[in-house]
Amino acid sequence: MSGRSVPLEPDRHVASPRLLEGLRVWCTMLAICLEERLVYRGDFLLGTAMRFLPIVTQIFLWTAVFSATSRADIAGYTRDDVVAYYLLTMLTRAFSSMPGLAGGIARSIRDGSIKKFLVQPVDFIGFLLAARVAHKLVYYAVAIVPFAAVFLLCRGYFPPPPDAPTVLVFLASLVLAFLLGFFMEATLGMLGFWVLEVSSIVFGYMLVQYLLSGHMFPIDMLAGIPTGIPGVNVADLVQWLPFGYTAYFPAAVWLGKIEGEELFRALAVEVGWVVVMAIACRAAWHRGTRRYGAFGG
Amino acid sequence: MDNSASRSKSESTPVIEVEGLAKEYRVHDKPEGLAASVRSLFHRTSRVVEALRGVDLRVGRGEFVALLGPNGAGKTTFLKLLSGIITPSRGTARVLGHVPWVRENEFRRRFALVMGQRNQLWWDLPAAESFRLHREIYRIEPSRFTRVRDELVDLLGVRQLVLQPVRELSLGERMKLELVAALLHEPEVLFLDEPTIGLDVVAQHTIHAFLRHVQAERRVTVMLTTHYMKDVAALCERVIVITHGDILYDGSLADIVDRFTTHKIVTLDLDEVPSPARVARYGFPCEVRGPRVVLRVDRGRIAEVLPDILRDEGVRDVSVEDVPLEEIVAELFRSTRTRPVGAPAGAAP
Repeated sequence: MSGRSVPLEPDRHVASPRLLEGLRVWCTMLAICLEERLVYRGDFLLGTAMRFLPIVTQIFLWTAVFSATSRADIAGYTRDDVVAYYLLTMLTRAFSSMPGLAGGIARSIRDGSIKKFLVQPVDFIGFLLAARVAHKLVYYAVAIVPFAAVFLLCRGYFPPPPDAPTVLVFLASLVLAFLLGFFMEATLGMLGFWVLEVSSIVFGYMLVQYLLSGHMFPIDMLAGIPTGIPGVNVADLVQWLPFGYTAYFPAAVWLGKIEGEELFRALAVEVGWVVVMAIACRAAWHRGTRRYGAFGG
Repeated sequence: MDNSASRSKSESTPVIEVEGLAKEYRVHDKPEGLAASVRSLFHRTSRVVEALRGVDLRVGRGEFVALLGPNGAGKTTFLKLLSGIITPSRGTARVLGHVPWVRENEFRRRFALVMGQRNQLWWDLPAAESFRLHREIYRIEPSRFTRVRDELVDLLGVRQLVLQPVRELSLGERMKLELVAALLHEPEVLFLDEPTIGLDVVAQHTIHAFLRHVQAERRVTVMLTTHYMKDVAALCERVIVITHGDILYDGSLADIVDRFTTHKIVTLDLDEVPSPARVARYGFPCEVRGPRVVLRVDRGRIAEVLPDILRDEGVRDVSVEDVPLEEIVAELFRSTRTRPVGAPAGAAP
């Protein structure tokens, strides 16, 4: 038998631990995705500038609301609190929002470019994660300037910064918000194995997300609305759903709205959702790829 | 699994083994018109299309096989099954001892598939970056990677292109770099889906020479689909013709000509313009244009007809050729198009 026909040469890669090797591959993917993303840095700059427009209208709206009422606060939020809250949700959404992720997955299923990931010894979800981390890193590198400028200009609206442990929880909640947003949207994208077009599903998801994540208003404002179940209000229910952790939760942590035992329970719920969505995403991939090719060429 | 993997290494075991492989697709019929479209929201009618109907095949190590067939014959479905992209409806297949659609990484490191133009290379980056990614995902040892990459790049004459963003390259240049990307990990089996489609003659020639070299040097088993007979003539000893999801012919290229043609083409340049009736004595006149005559002559009669022509006509020049491969294959495809479904595969009438 010739040496050529040996499938894998016993080189040093094979000897190295699996996990480390996976990490190496992942880091190379990250580096290459970063290079690819940098091609579009100009697009990011424009996109970031646009993101600040809606917040200006929100501030005007709430200024009008507060001037129409004689109350100093609404559901525990002063005018300054509301402005600080919106600025903070903008920051958290910079972590949790995944523009184009679900649609991109569905498109690659539809146009067949997904087959590359079936043929090559590479994990599709790991690749998507690397691509998204790269996307975010390049985005932050560009967006940090306008973000810093806006936060500096608006510093008067913010209460004094929280203590170090709270800051740590805040940072952890941002990372978790990224993972949660990623796995939720990636799972939606995998639905492309079953339906031709996921854009209407994604639109429905965005709508629910907008209402229940705290993007539109702080979700603890829903505490005044009863559900019909004695002693349970709408906010109590919403906090068990994943959406609030992608916008409301990190902002509320920074502003000191959630503390103590409640904070730890919320963190546990968030971690739980990240795990559930990660499993759902992988399950959808496995079932989807088995189904792939049952329809059409 | 381990057992069969080690068995596949022996030279006697085929690299590709296929038995009764069948693939059915469910397609939805969308009738014409708006009203019908609305109705189809509630009652979708679907039917089953058989892309592949129980194919048997064995391919040995180092063989170069062409899959021919009209559009929709099942060629691409076959390659997709063998590379594990889709699962079959029935039947079994083993490639290098692995069931392809299980998609084990050990299997995926040992073969490559080139299908379509925007396949493995990153569109916005130079090909060198895609190559680097392949080095990691296929675990290619760095020194070996450099050696193989340089060799492949030089064979195809694309060294100066690897640092240019892929989107700026021409179709032919992209295909060459796709081939490099596919061969970096030195696969033992290579599947190519129409590798020369849309390329100019020079690029086709370069790719032919390259594939011949790679296959001879590395004993790679290659299976390609194509519509260009030039690919087949330049590369493949073995030809498999698929129509309607069945294998219609499996044999050498030379045999196809023997088996499916009954005549040869005789081209004559005469001293003077002949009368049609006169040349019709020798064979069927396909074309009479001035003193130039193209005749179809029965293969069995060539030996007796040629001396007659040379003796009785004023001949300036004569050539005797086989029917062009394109025509044979086109005839083969045509003859099966009307064949009733389920009829046994056989020679064209």
